[in-house]
Amino acid sequence: MNLKLKALTKSLWVFHAACSPCNNCDIEILDVLTPRYDVERFGIQLVGSVRHADVLLVSGVPNYKTAKRLKLLYEQAAKPCFVVSIGTCAIGGNFFRHSYNFVKPVDEIVPVAAYIPGCPPKPEAIIMGVVKLINSLKG
Amino acid sequence: MSHRVIVPIGPYHPLQEEPEFFKLYVEGEKVVDIDIVIGYMHRGIEKLSESKHFDQVSFLVERICGICSNSHPFAYVNAVEDLARISVPERALFIRTIIAELERLHSHLLWLGLAGHFIGYNTVWMWSWKYREPVLDILELITGNRQHYAMMTVGGVRRDIRKEDIPEIKKMTHDLIPVLNMFKGAVMDDPVIHARTRKVGILTKEEAIDYCVVGPTARASGIPIDIRKDDPYGAYDRIDWKIITQEEGDIFAKLVVRVLEMYESIRIIEQCLDKMPEGPIDADVKEIPQGEGIGHIEAPRGECFHYVRSDGTNSPIRHKIRAPSYMNVASNKVAAVGGTISDAAITLAAVDPCYCCTERTAVIDKDSDKKIMNGWDLVRLSQEKTVRLKKGLSK
Amino acid sequence: MPISDTIKNEFSKEILEIKEHSNVRTYISLEPKDIPKAARFVFKDLDCRFVTASGIDTPDCIEILYHFSHDASGEMITLKAKLKDKKNPHIESLAPLMKGAEWIEREIWEMLGVQFDNHPNLKRLLLDEELPEDFHPLRKEKKEL
Repeated sequence: MNLKLKALTKSLWVFHAACSPCNNCDIEILDVLTPRYDVERFGIQLVGSVRHADVLLVSGVPNYKTAKRLKLLYEQAAKPCFVVSIGTCAIGGNFFRHSYNFVKPVDEIVPVAAYIPGCPPKPEAIIMGVVKLINSLKG
Repeated sequence: MSHRVIVPIGPYHPLQEEPEFFKLYVEGEKVVDIDIVIGYMHRGIEKLSESKHFDQVSFLVERICGICSNSHPFAYVNAVEDLARISVPERALFIRTIIAELERLHSHLLWLGLAGHFIGYNTVWMWSWKYREPVLDILELITGNRQHYAMMTVGGVRRDIRKEDIPEIKKMTHDLIPVLNMFKGAVMDDPVIHARTRKVGILTKEEAIDYCVVGPTARASGIPIDIRKDDPYGAYDRIDWKIITQEEGDIFAKLVVRVLEMYESIRIIEQCLDKMPEGPIDADVKEIPQGEGIGHIEAPRGECFHYVRSDGTNSPIRHKIRAPSYMNVASNKVAAVGGTISDAAITLAAVDPCYCCTERTAVIDKDSDKKIMNGWDLVRLSQEKTVRLKKGLSK
Repeated sequence: MPISDTIKNEFSKEILEIKEHSNVRTYISLEPKDIPKAARFVFKDLDCRFVTASGIDTPDCIEILYHFSHDASGEMITLKAKLKDKKNPHIESLAPLMKGAEWIEREIWEMLGVQFDNHPNLKRLLLDEELPEDFHPLRKEKKEL
């Protein structure tokens, strides 16, 4: 395991990109940061720019307006950057699969490292997803 | 100095169904114009609805917005019941009202936290989200999910409130009152919050009427509209509660309206639990006839409007949805112009859109003579102003 | 007197059809050219709040519905206009009368291709700029992308 990855697993900095979700995944993500779950004690922090991020959290079904911006975001991120797709929408499109504004699932736009299913996933599920991601990086 | 700077905010901001991209035109510190671009979360739900049958649509419209995930199905079932003239059993009406008010509680607590974060009080954010959790626990207890409750069906509700759960709900509302008292004291007596929100982002009564704003935004500008009173649905006409209004139209007024509304919500929930009659929880719905129906309800952010037209088949042929923020966000144009840029973050947030717009952005500088900031900088500016004010006060 | 009766008396000549679904839900059909006059009366003189407008693609015409709410009595008034020319539908804009109508008219324009005359800022609201100009998702005969 190289030094970059080792350092990264100690403290994940997360950038959160919402691609037309219904907000539920997003408030649950914020919920994970607030006192009851408080993942900041594990060094996990939301950051304001994708250039500082180790993890790109994606929620929602990418539409024509957001799909190209998501690709742009991933290109701007300093590598290694791992994409986590949160919620049924980001994984497979959910109800919106047959919408005229649906482009394609997140993993066909950017490479995805971890999936957290649920509509919305509970905060516990989000934490478990992150733990699994870290374990898989440690190898 | 008339050097004009463009400050883009957004487009990502996931706390409501209609994300926006704000372009602020700034001269010095002053906001001179604002351009609002929306459509980043357009998923074509109105069209999808035409391919689902009447029972499924209720679960589809739930996914319009995660925070109002009871309001949209509620308005939709009201519209279908208006169309087909279905009378809903009493007990179901009370259960619907309880869920709607629990949702209002958690939504207002959520907004309060985000507003605190904007002006640099992260403690308010953490505390109000901490006290929001018990409300979500109760919703999980009743409906089985923390959000996306899936309670509304045409003609009734999906699950009953069990007798043994009622003390638990009452305990939660009882415990919430001291918390609200604390917030009320902390917010209303704090000189810094006064300095940051009084006379900032004013929406006058005339402008509010012109922009047709709804909900707490309208009530803070002195327009006493509340669909729960004006066109009663659910069990709101069977219980005692009052509309909260303020005259000033500034951010402080919007804050006060939301805080006081939480007390009313608690009163409504407690009365509903006491008055809830025994009986069935759903009506027997045979078929939806040809016709059209309108349902509108008071969501936490304002009036949520659904129009359904049926041609007698299994699916609606047209389903029009208008969420409250559709009207409220447009009014940001007048509220933010003329203010300073450090006030823009809280002004844009005051109608309860969301804060993520301002921090989920990455902007590419295309034109080198324009200085471009991102939403994160905007929040930082806002927070720095609070720090300056605090220092000034302590001298 | 209910609001719907006031409108009935004021526009007795213009009204094509009136449907009272219940005490608080009234649907009034008018010619498209009479809509601005009626909307001004309902909005300014009767102090109704403009809720929204909906566009509906029906087999023989495009219907535009203007929903108004009279909050003091809880009545919902819906003004209906039928645009017969489906190839090139157009109607007078209400945005100069009230700002609240600006966005919804832009939305109907892009979703159904209805031209709003004298609209101050008729451009796309929700759909991406790259989608073709003649793509109107809410038209029943919409073409696939």
